[in-house]
Amino acid sequence: MNWWQRLWRRKQMEEELEKELRFHLDEHVNQLIAQGYAPDLAQRNARLALGGQEQVKEECRDARGTRWLEDLLQDFRYALRTLRLRPGFASVAILTLALGSGATTVMFTVINGVLLKPLAYPEADQLVTLHGKTEKYGDQWGFSYPEFHDYQSASRTLGSVAAWTYGGGTVTKPGEAEYLFGRHVSSGLFSVLGVPLVAGRAFLPQEDQPGAAPVAVISYSLWQRRFGGSPQAIEQQLIFEAKSYTIVGIAPAGFRLDGEADIYTPLGQSTEPRMRDRGAFFIHVLGRLQSNVTLAQAQTELSVIARRLAMQYPENNQGRDMVARPLSREVVGDVQPTLWLLLGAVSLVLLIACVNVASLLLARAVSRERELAMRMALGASRGRLVRQCLTESSVLGISGGALGVVFAVVGVHPFVSLWPGSLPRVEDIQLDWRVLLFALGVSILCSLLFGLAPALRAPARKLEHALRSGSRSLGSTRRLHSLFVVAEVALAVVLSVSAGILARTLVRLLSLDPGFNTRNVLVAHVALSPAALENSTKARAAWEDVLDRARRFPGVQSVALADVVPMRVGEDAVGYWATPVQPPPDQTPLALMSIVTPDYLNVMGISLRRGRFLNEQDRTGHEIAVVIDNNLAQHAFRGSDPVGKPLWLQGMPSNPARIVGVVGHVRHWGLASDDQSRVRDQIYVSFYQLPDPLVSFLSSVMSIAVRTSLAPLNVAEPLRRELRGPGGDQTLYDVHAMDDLASASLARQRFLLWLFGIFAGLALVLASIGIYGVLTYLTNQRVPEIGLRMALGAGTRNVIRLVLGQSFGMIVVGIGVGILGALAAGRLLQHLVDGIRPADLSAFAIMIPVLLVTALFASFIPARRASRVDPISALRQE
Amino acid sequence: MTAPKSDLPQGTLDLLILKVVALGPVHGYAIAQSLEQVSRGVIQVPEGSLYPALHRLENRGLLAADWKETETGREAKFYRLTRKGRNQLETEAASWQRLIDAIALILGMANGGAR
Repeated sequence: MNWWQRLWRRKQMEEELEKELRFHLDEHVNQLIAQGYAPDLAQRNARLALGGQEQVKEECRDARGTRWLEDLLQDFRYALRTLRLRPGFASVAILTLALGSGATTVMFTVINGVLLKPLAYPEADQLVTLHGKTEKYGDQWGFSYPEFHDYQSASRTLGSVAAWTYGGGTVTKPGEAEYLFGRHVSSGLFSVLGVPLVAGRAFLPQEDQPGAAPVAVISYSLWQRRFGGSPQAIEQQLIFEAKSYTIVGIAPAGFRLDGEADIYTPLGQSTEPRMRDRGAFFIHVLGRLQSNVTLAQAQTELSVIARRLAMQYPENNQGRDMVARPLSREVVGDVQPTLWLLLGAVSLVLLIACVNVASLLLARAVSRERELAMRMALGASRGRLVRQCLTESSVLGISGGALGVVFAVVGVHPFVSLWPGSLPRVEDIQLDWRVLLFALGVSILCSLLFGLAPALRAPARKLEHALRSGSRSLGSTRRLHSLFVVAEVALAVVLSVSAGILARTLVRLLSLDPGFNTRNVLVAHVALSPAALENSTKARAAWEDVLDRARRFPGVQSVALADVVPMRVGEDAVGYWATPVQPPPDQTPLALMSIVTPDYLNVMGISLRRGRFLNEQDRTGHEIAVVIDNNLAQHAFRGSDPVGKPLWLQGMPSNPARIVGVVGHVRHWGLASDDQSRVRDQIYVSFYQLPDPLVSFLSSVMSIAVRTSLAPLNVAEPLRRELRGPGGDQTLYDVHAMDDLASASLARQRFLLWLFGIFAGLALVLASIGIYGVLTYLTNQRVPEIGLRMALGAGTRNVIRLVLGQSFGMIVVGIGVGILGALAAGRLLQHLVDGIRPADLSAFAIMIPVLLVTALFASFIPARRASRVDPISALRQE
Repeated sequence: MTAPKSDLPQGTLDLLILKVVALGPVHGYAIAQSLEQVSRGVIQVPEGSLYPALHRLENRGLLAADWKETETGREAKFYRLTRKGRNQLETEAASWQRLIDAIALILGMANGGAR
């Protein structure tokens, strides 16, 4: 028989045991009678010989080896019975725990999907991304295309290397004109990642060359959208950017390279000038480590190659190193610390919930002291009682955990959808065995946490005292209860002060001047008709047409072109210097360059500090005019008037340019992040002064910015129709109201504030309930004493003061401990969230009185009740 | 029955039970009786510890049990040795034998030394 068979057939086994022993007794009696004993004497002797029958049975049960399980079941049933007796207590405890563990499980589900699960590529741990690195500007830079080839041929530690960059354009046939996000990828990209195509093939090396026949791999969703998923899509022609591409493959559903794209084209076919420019670091590189190579070895080799390139091409590569990072880190990006921070915060809430339940259970354990003493007197061992208490708390903990998992199942998707911006690897966020294991572990840990204190109170000594002492408790639980209150208050302080710090930060950031007027501005990318992109003359004409039509459109006040727009993804950093000698490349200061049309100043409402902004006279053929922001003026000219001075810009055909004006700094990187960004100087150059090749290149990425007199998004749709162009194939995409972009730049801060606010509120409520419970209990214990005091002349006030004094002490200690924790939490927040100042006294000054008042209010109710004690009945209770 | 009764050395009860059961299927009462008779009353098994021992051995798979009728027509639980139990009996009996031989040797040597 298996152990579970034995367990299930318990009743039968009991019957058999009974029968076996009866047989033994009967045989013995018969024999004794045969030997001449009187029947009753024979009975007696036989029983004596066997010993206590119940004891023998008990030992036989022990011998079965399933005793612990039977006990567990028994304890379990007992626990259910006792909990059912007090449904209020049970449901409060379970709900509290379910909230805590549900929130924790949601956070863990997200962390599991985003951070812990391996990426969905074969042997994903071998995949790395490569980045350029300089002392001054960090290690987030890409490669130049020639560099990519250098590393591809030189590296031995990387089995294969692939490159990609952003692309995109208008597809006109088959079907309607539509702007597609695209990627230019090198021929090895799909095979390096180990991603099999759904149909067709990836690019061949000979297709990854200038002049090769245009071929494309399209996304699964484009395949479904435009070709209905038909296998005939392969070998069909797609008119993309006025060129006919042959579709050779279909990428798998959900495939993404920093966001989803619809069309992949061979990178090597591009004839853009920047493909040959060793100073244009726009290529993203990823590689797969050879199977026996570590990341550190690859890193060493990369640095060696980087030093060689620095000697070979000092004008671009001096001081430039290369770093390799696991691809998983790249995919996950910067959400990792935020996720851990949130898990930490919900753990605090869970901890408060545990402490709450612990104090409830402890109060109950004290009132059950006599019951436990009685059990012990009847022969239960202490270990057995501890086990029974722990079983009870586990029943609570695991029911709470199970309900928590239900909450998590319901809550995880709303939570993910509230995440500011897009959370990476959303598709991997699912409830799996890891999550369930985590939830189970958390429940068991919590059960131990809140069950241990009451369990260890199972009486060890002074049994008879416990039995005799009636309803009054023997040992004082005051210290333990005080500890609970202190812990709850401290945890609540940490959470609410953190929320306070975040709130203060958000208020401060919102009050910052973005440097321009975000109200009533609409920005959108314009994909010109592919026909207009053929050459720069056509492109210039097309842009004039766009500006004209937009300017005359009802509701539009002014309109301008810009290549980058503040607070939206996208940047164009350029090296500059103010003296004729160019500093070494790794020392060259960088500025954010915006290519704009002259109306940009009005559209954006940027303040002009000195000189003039760009105007219509700044055209090709004239000396290049630049406008700088006050940051650059400060950095490069130290207070002297920069207007009229020359400025050299890297990669400009006619250097130097002439500074014609100074404008205020624009918080390009968002309200919060701008202060932390590495590139903070800004330069404006007129679109009309660009040489032809640059116009052609920029025309595929330009945006329009429109100042409207109506709500900007109301203008968006009619404007889109107005700007469809003569061929009807000109499209607007990435359409945003500037206000929305500005507000989105604080989305993370706002999101965290919301969550911390909720956590702090929960913590406050839970802690109040806990304080109320503990004080009610402690005060009840003191009723006879209070009665005596009142009989001796103490008034209502004295009693209230007595009780409040007791809780005040605990609360103050809790706040003290909490302040230390909150200081640490503030430092942590400062590291993780842009724009936070940890030593924010006002957060403490506001939140702590709130807590103090709430906690005192929670203790006031028991205090008042105590003051109404009737001295006579209280003394009788003694 | 005048000889003094000995307490069982620790751990020998299991061995003795195995040996008795090895002679053929037998019920608990009969085991108690045989132990007492065969040892000529020297060894008296406290009946209270016999049954837990039987259940323990059954649980360990050394014994198996069936309900059968006795000569008197009553149902009783008959224990028999499993293959595992037989192996266990052989190894334990052998090791006991070695122990006894060794003790006898030592005792014999001591006598010789005194002579």
